[in-house]
Amino acid sequence: MFRHIILTDSMEHVVIIGNGISGVTAARYIRKLSDKKITMISAESKYFFSRTALMYVYMGHMRFKDTQPYEPSFWKKNDIDIVEGFVDSIDHEGKSLHFSDHSTMSYDKLILAVGSKPNKFGWKGEDLDGVQGLYSKQDLELLESNTKNCKTAVIVGGGLIGVELAEMLLTRNIKVQFLIREDRFWGGVLPEADSRLVERHMRKHHGLQLRFEDELEEIIGDETGRVDHIITKNGEKIDCQLVGLTAGVRPNIDFLESSAIETNRGILVNEDLTTNIEDIYAIGDCAEFRVPNGERKPIEQVWYTGRMMGETVAQTICGSHTSYSPGHWFNSAKFFDLEYQTYGWVWNTLKDDEAEFIWQNKEKELLLHFVFDKNSHVIKGVNTFGIRLRHEVFDHWLTIKASIEEVLTDLKAANFDPEFYKRYEEVIISEFNSKFGTTLNVRKRSWWKNTLNKLTHANDA
Amino acid sequence: MQTMLNQSISGDTTSLNAQQKISAGLGICGLLILLLATFNIEFSPLWLWLTVSLLSMAIGIIWYTKATYNGHPAGIKNNGVFFRSLSARGLIGYSVGVFLTGFYIILYFYPHLLGLNKGAENDGVIALFDPLSKTLSGNSASQWFVYGTLYTVAILFFGIKFIYKYRHSRYHIIRTISVMFFQLGFAFLIPEFMAALNGDLPYYDWKNMWPLNYYFFDQYNVNGMLNGGTIGAIMLTFGIASIFVISPVLTFFFGKRWYCSWVCGCGGLAETAGDSFRQLSDNSTLAWKIERWLIHTVVVFITISTVAVIHSYLGTDTSEYWLTKSSFLWMVAGILTLVFGWVMIFKRDKLQKDAQYGAIGFFVVIIALLMIHLSAETEHVFLIEKKTLRKQYGFAIGSIFAGVIGTGFYPILGNRVWCRFGCPMAAILGFQQKLFSRFRITTNGGQCISCGNCSTYCEMGIDVRAYAQKGQNIVRSSCVGCGVCSSVCPRGVLKLENGPVQERVDENPIIIGHDNQPRLNK
Repeated sequence: MFRHIILTDSMEHVVIIGNGISGVTAARYIRKLSDKKITMISAESKYFFSRTALMYVYMGHMRFKDTQPYEPSFWKKNDIDIVEGFVDSIDHEGKSLHFSDHSTMSYDKLILAVGSKPNKFGWKGEDLDGVQGLYSKQDLELLESNTKNCKTAVIVGGGLIGVELAEMLLTRNIKVQFLIREDRFWGGVLPEADSRLVERHMRKHHGLQLRFEDELEEIIGDETGRVDHIITKNGEKIDCQLVGLTAGVRPNIDFLESSAIETNRGILVNEDLTTNIEDIYAIGDCAEFRVPNGERKPIEQVWYTGRMMGETVAQTICGSHTSYSPGHWFNSAKFFDLEYQTYGWVWNTLKDDEAEFIWQNKEKELLLHFVFDKNSHVIKGVNTFGIRLRHEVFDHWLTIKASIEEVLTDLKAANFDPEFYKRYEEVIISEFNSKFGTTLNVRKRSWWKNTLNKLTHANDA
Repeated sequence: MQTMLNQSISGDTTSLNAQQKISAGLGICGLLILLLATFNIEFSPLWLWLTVSLLSMAIGIIWYTKATYNGHPAGIKNNGVFFRSLSARGLIGYSVGVFLTGFYIILYFYPHLLGLNKGAENDGVIALFDPLSKTLSGNSASQWFVYGTLYTVAILFFGIKFIYKYRHSRYHIIRTISVMFFQLGFAFLIPEFMAALNGDLPYYDWKNMWPLNYYFFDQYNVNGMLNGGTIGAIMLTFGIASIFVISPVLTFFFGKRWYCSWVCGCGGLAETAGDSFRQLSDNSTLAWKIERWLIHTVVVFITISTVAVIHSYLGTDTSEYWLTKSSFLWMVAGILTLVFGWVMIFKRDKLQKDAQYGAIGFFVVIIALLMIHLSAETEHVFLIEKKTLRKQYGFAIGSIFAGVIGTGFYPILGNRVWCRFGCPMAAILGFQQKLFSRFRITTNGGQCISCGNCSTYCEMGIDVRAYAQKGQNIVRSSCVGCGVCSSVCPRGVLKLENGPVQERVDENPIIIGHDNQPRLNK
C-alpha cells in the first residue's frame, strides 16, 4: 500500500472514540493518507461490525463474526491500534482521556464518533427488566435473554428500528403489538401513499398488530421488577414480556456533560466537523451541525452520512482542510420483504412548488413516487418500493436537473432489478401520459451508461 | 385501524415445526428403503418399492418446502439457518457429512457392496434400480445408474424447493429450471436413450466437456466416438468445439455462469440440494489463497495427464494419421504459448502478483515437460509412469475430490467445495471471466451498508462486501453468477449484468453521493 510520508507530523497521535462506521472510516482514510499513529477506542466491541446487521444475527441469518467487514488481522496490517475501554472524561487542556479503569491516554487530535443511544422519554416503568432499545451489540445480547420466555412484545415507535425489531421477534414466534403515534407508518418521513403500501405489506406477516395513533402511557412490572403489561394512552392494557423502545435515537454524549465541549442535542460542530475545542472533532450520529447542510437535518443518523463524515474529517486531519459536503440525499431500507430506496428529496407532504407522480402496482407491492418542480418539471426526488433503482443514474439526473419527462423517457437506464424481472417502464409512462396529458415514449433500452452519457451531452449542448 | 392475523404454524425458527419433522421423516424413510435394500432385504416387486422410495423422497422434500416457506410472503427467508444443527455445522451436519462421504467411498471404490455383480444378476440396492434401467436403455443397472438417478431426483426436487424459496426472483426460477432441464435431459435421459439406440457409443453427456469430463480424450472414449459413425463424429467434433469455441464465446458474453449455475451438473446439485449449505463456504482471505493455488494446480495436472494420454496413443508416422506424437506436442506448446503471451502482454495488470508468479511457474513446467518429450522418448512424466498419471488424476481428482470431498463435505465446507477448489473447468472459465468477459456484478453507488449478507451467502466464499462497500464492481474469476448475493442484499446494492468490457472494473471509484470527496491513491 502506498502511503504519503509526512516527516513533520508522522508521529502525531490521532485518537478516535468509537469504532462504528464513522470512526472506522476516519481511521481507514487517515491511514491511507498518512503515517500518523492511530488509536481507536471502543467499549462496545473490539472489532468494527455493521450495526445494521445485528438483526440478522438474532434471526439466525448470520453469525456475529459475519457482521464484521474486516478480518482481525486488518487492523494490525494497517497499523491501527485498538483499545477496548470506556472513556469517562476528556481533559482538553492536558489533551488526555480518562478511562473508567482510571488509566489515561494522551492525544494530539481527537475524533468523537460515539454514536447514539435509544430515546427514552421518561415513561413510567421504562427502567424495568424487559424494557429495552435496540442499538448496540449489548442491546442484542440483552434481547436474546429478554426473549427467552416471551410470548408477546410491545414495540413503541414506528420507525426503521421498530420494523426491524418486529421482524426479528416474529421469527421467534413472538406476537408483536406495534404502537405508532402517527396515523400512519413512518408518517414523519414517508408520504401517505408510501406509508400505506408499507402498512399493507406488514399486515401480511402473521402475528403483527399495528396500533396507530396510540402511545405508551405506562409500563407496569410484576413483583420481580420485570415488565408484566403496559397501559396505552387510549387506556388499553396489553400483557407483554418485552417492551421495545424504538422511538428514535439520540447522541450518546452523557460523558461530555462536565467537559468544555459545546453540546446541544449532539456535539455542536462547524461545517468542517470541528468542535469549539481545538483539535477535537465530532462525526457521525453524535455530531450536530450548527448550521444544517442544505435541507438536511442538523443531526444525521444514517450509515451513509456517518461514512461521509469519516471521509471528510480524515482529509482535514491529514492537512487538506475539507468541509462536509455530501451530494444528493439518498437512503434505503427494507420493511420485512419490501425494499425501499430514495434519491433526492421526497417529503412526507408536498411543498408548495412541488408536484408529484405516483405509480403503483398494488398486487405486486410496487410503488414509484416521483416529486418534481411544479413549474420547471425538474426532478426533486424519488421514492421506490419493490423496484431497485440505479444510484448513479438518479444522482446524475439530480445533478443535471433533468425534467420528470426526461427521467421517465430514460427510466429503463435507471432500473437495477435483477435480470429477467418484469419491467414496468411502459406502463408507468402511459399512466403519466394519461394523468398529465403528455405523449412521452420510453426510449429503447441500451447500456445504461450510454444513455447517461447521451443525456449529459444533450444538456451540455 | 387494527388487524390481527393468526399465528402461523412455523414462526419459530430455532427448531423444526411438526410438519417439517414429519416431511423430513418421510424423506428419510425413502432413503431407508434404499439402505435396507443395500443390506439385501428382499423387496418385491422391485419396481413398486423403487417407486415408493423415490416418491417418499420427492414428497418429503416438497412437503418440507411447504412447511417451511408456505404462509410467509415471498422474500428472503434465511431464518434460523445458523441455529440449526444441519445447516450450522452441528452434530446433524457432521453426521450427514460422514454418511455422504461413506456413500461416495463405497460408490467409487466398493460398488459390489451396493450389489454390483459383474457378469451376474445384480442384487442389493442396484437390483432395485434394474427395472428402471431396463425400461430406459434395456440394460441392467450399474452403480452409476443408481447414482445418476438419485442425483437427478435430488436436483429435480430440491430444485422445486429452491424455486419456491426464491419464488420472488425470476432469475432464480429460470436458472433453476435450466439446471433441472440439463440434468434430466442431457445427463440422465439422452445418454440412456442413446445407449438404447446404439450400444457401441460411449456414455456421452453433451454438456460435460473437457477438462471436467477428464476421460474425454482417453483412448477408449476417442475410439468409441471414432467408431460410432456419424453420431460418434458429431460427439467428437462437438466436444472439441465446446472447449475451444462454444464455451469461450458464451463466457465472453455472459460470464462463466452460463455453465456453472445454469448448465453444469455439479453446479446443479450445489445450487439445489446444496443450497442449505452455501453459508458454510469459508470467505477468509486464507481460503481464497488456498483456492487459487489448488484449483490451478488441478488445471496443470489435468493438462499434463491429458497430453500424456493422447501422446501415448498417437503414432509417429504422418502417413498413417495427420496428427503424430511430436506434431501434437508442438501444437499444445503453441496454444499454451499464445495464451500465456497474450495474458502477459495485454492483461498483466489484471492479475494479482501471486497469480502472475503462478502463471509463470506453471507455464515453465508445462513447456519444460513438453521439451523433455520432444527430445527423448520416455515413459515417465515427473518420475510417474504416463499411464498411471491419468489413472491417478481419475482417482485423486475425479473420485476423491469431486465426489467424496466435493459432495460429501457439503455440510462441512459448503456446497461448492469442488467447484471452488478443484474444478479445472471452473478454473479455465474463471480465467477467461476475469480477463475477457462482459460479465460483472455492479455495485449500486453508495448504497452498501456492509451488513455482510452477500459475503455470508456467497457459495464461492467471495467477500462480496469488501468490494460493495468501496463502491467497486465485483469481477472475480470464481464467481459462478448464482445471483444469491443480489437477492439477499437488503438494500438493492448488487446486480449481475453484462456490459462493455472497458467499464467493468473501477479500482478506485468515488462513492456516489459524496461527490466532493477526493479520490484516494490505492
